[in-house]
Amino acid sequence: MTVRWEKAAYVLWIVALALLPGRAYGMHISEGILPPGWAGFWFLVAAPFLVLGMRDLRIRAGRAPHFKTLVGLVGAGVFVVSCMPIPVPTAGTCSHPCGTGLAAILIGPGQAVIVTSVALLLQALFLAHGGLSTLGANIVSMGVVGGYLGYGAFLLARKVRAPWPVAAFLAGLLSDWGTYAATSFSLSAALAGGGSIAALFRMILAAFVPTQVPLGVFEGFLAAGAYRFIRTRRPELLELPAEGWAP
Amino acid sequence: MRRVAVAGAVVSLATVLVFAVAGPGGQWEGVDKTVVAKFAEEAGRPPREPYINTDRGDLLLFLFLLAGGAGGCVGGYFFRELFPPKTRDGSGRKDG
Repeated sequence: MTVRWEKAAYVLWIVALALLPGRAYGMHISEGILPPGWAGFWFLVAAPFLVLGMRDLRIRAGRAPHFKTLVGLVGAGVFVVSCMPIPVPTAGTCSHPCGTGLAAILIGPGQAVIVTSVALLLQALFLAHGGLSTLGANIVSMGVVGGYLGYGAFLLARKVRAPWPVAAFLAGLLSDWGTYAATSFSLSAALAGGGSIAALFRMILAAFVPTQVPLGVFEGFLAAGAYRFIRTRRPELLELPAEGWAP
Repeated sequence: MRRVAVAGAVVSLATVLVFAVAGPGGQWEGVDKTVVAKFAEEAGRPPREPYINTDRGDLLLFLFLLAGGAGGCVGGYFFRELFPPKTRDGSGRKDG
């Protein structure tokens, strides 16, 4: 294939993406949906992870000052990816990937929680995406569950000697599915009222399935592709998390 | 990278074709509306207006355009420093 055709393919790709509809969001729980008690509870759950993440950041930035730059770059990536509507033709709806699985294997799960909380705060303040009162619940589902589950899947896959791309794929896939499962749980716990939380959880999860099953697979490929790219071009960046995270 | 570019173009075009055939009228809403808001409304807790409502015409689009343009220029200018090309032996960075 000539360079001209390659360039044309890139241009076509960008134009096609630009033609997609703009406003479509995903797992973020909007302002006002959670009762104050539940909203406060999820803030309390998120708080220790944020404290651990900040402590981890201070320690690792002390060892390697450029670590903060990497965290900022990954944070920008999480912000963009978690705003990006992806149409899922099988379901006729749109949703977004989370990016926290990839973030966790690049900078560690503690930092994934930190960058997720910053991204979610900016989206709640300026994009009407999520909400300030529901920030705690969104941090727990996307940052804590998504980040730690993705990181755990990556470590486990590497432990059983799975190849790098497979481990990164599993990190992306499971962090996405885990995030939406956690959102289903926080919604069902808050909205069940006198009914069964388990029954409502199953209903909400089932409603997410047609969109999130294919989107999770997409996020797995996204994580594997990005990880492979960084591993090829900047392998030294991947050594930073190996220097150890504090918690 | 060529295969990735071609695959991306094909997938994107296929998606746009699906949009063109199905039409956007009321479809392709985000799962925040089709799932989260639906269950919340059924439980009597519909979403409320955000504290800061930035949904004012094309203002947000303009700000995104500015941010995207600035970010793209900076990222593109420093791309080789951010991600140096592969060496022949595949060991990563060409420079030190």
